[in-house]
Amino acid sequence: MTIANSTELICFFVLASVVVVGSLGVVLLENIVYSAFLLGGVFMAVAGLYLLLNASFVAAAQVLVYVGAVNVLILFAIMLVNKREALKPIEGLQVRRLISGFVCAGLLALLMRVALITPWEVPGPTSIGEEATIRIGEHLFTDYLLPFELASVLLLMAMIGAIVLARRDVISSDVGTGREVTQELIEKTQEPLLVDKSST
Amino acid sequence: MILTSTILTMPNSSPGLVPLQAYLVLAAILFCIGVWGLINSRNAVRVLMSIELMLNAVNINLMAFSSYLDGSLIRGQVFAVFVITVAAAEAAVGLAILLSLYRNRVTVDMERFNLLRW
Repeated sequence: MTIANSTELICFFVLASVVVVGSLGVVLLENIVYSAFLLGGVFMAVAGLYLLLNASFVAAAQVLVYVGAVNVLILFAIMLVNKREALKPIEGLQVRRLISGFVCAGLLALLMRVALITPWEVPGPTSIGEEATIRIGEHLFTDYLLPFELASVLLLMAMIGAIVLARRDVISSDVGTGREVTQELIEKTQEPLLVDKSST
Repeated sequence: MILTSTILTMPNSSPGLVPLQAYLVLAAILFCIGVWGLINSRNAVRVLMSIELMLNAVNINLMAFSSYLDGSLIRGQVFAVFVITVAAAEAAVGLAILLSLYRNRVTVDMERFNLLRW
């Protein structure tokens, strides 16, 4: 075993344990802010795993998109909806958690059985290592050109949709005719539309 | 000197000592934790976080297969890039929906979003 190999093994085990412990923390911790920061840690560890797999471009994209955009977005959402509410206890919560835990353990057993029993054809063809970025660019502009362009349309749609859903100001007059328009269906007027009166 | 020559002569293109199954098992564990969190979270933000965990598990699978089995056609990496793009769009729209829900119901408790309950 060379030093490079053992270093790779040690890196894999450290990153894998960070991923598993961090994701358990994301799911189980009470404080949602801790969960969000742990989620950022999990994303960074997954980027490290991509680096171990010789995929530097995807690792950089993971850090930029997940840690830089998604995690920050989640933190902002936590700040915007930050209401300390005492959740109403529901009966049978522990039983429900236990049953879903068993279901997930069964799913895990199934997936691990598939992963461990299937005869994978390793070692496959030699991978290209650090040439991967060039090859991704070639893929994106030749045989994956249509999904690439569709992804840009999808991002535009998501951006416009997010703005429309989350905006607060109402355009109260039509731009063309100048008449008053009501947009009460998508905007909050004075009172929240659907306040749950049964619980309060 | 020996060390650097060892590192330099190592075929850096070949996948290393970590077996493919290790990545697959790790992805399975991460996916199952995500599913459990998706079912059991009562905070809507945590539900979105669980979905991100599941997407990451799928991405680990794609990257491992791409590196170990796909050779120089790294189609798994291209798919991972697309999954990352879609995940970013999903997070943006999901959090906007969450904000809009919060404005209407003044809560983030999943148990009280029960307008469509039978």
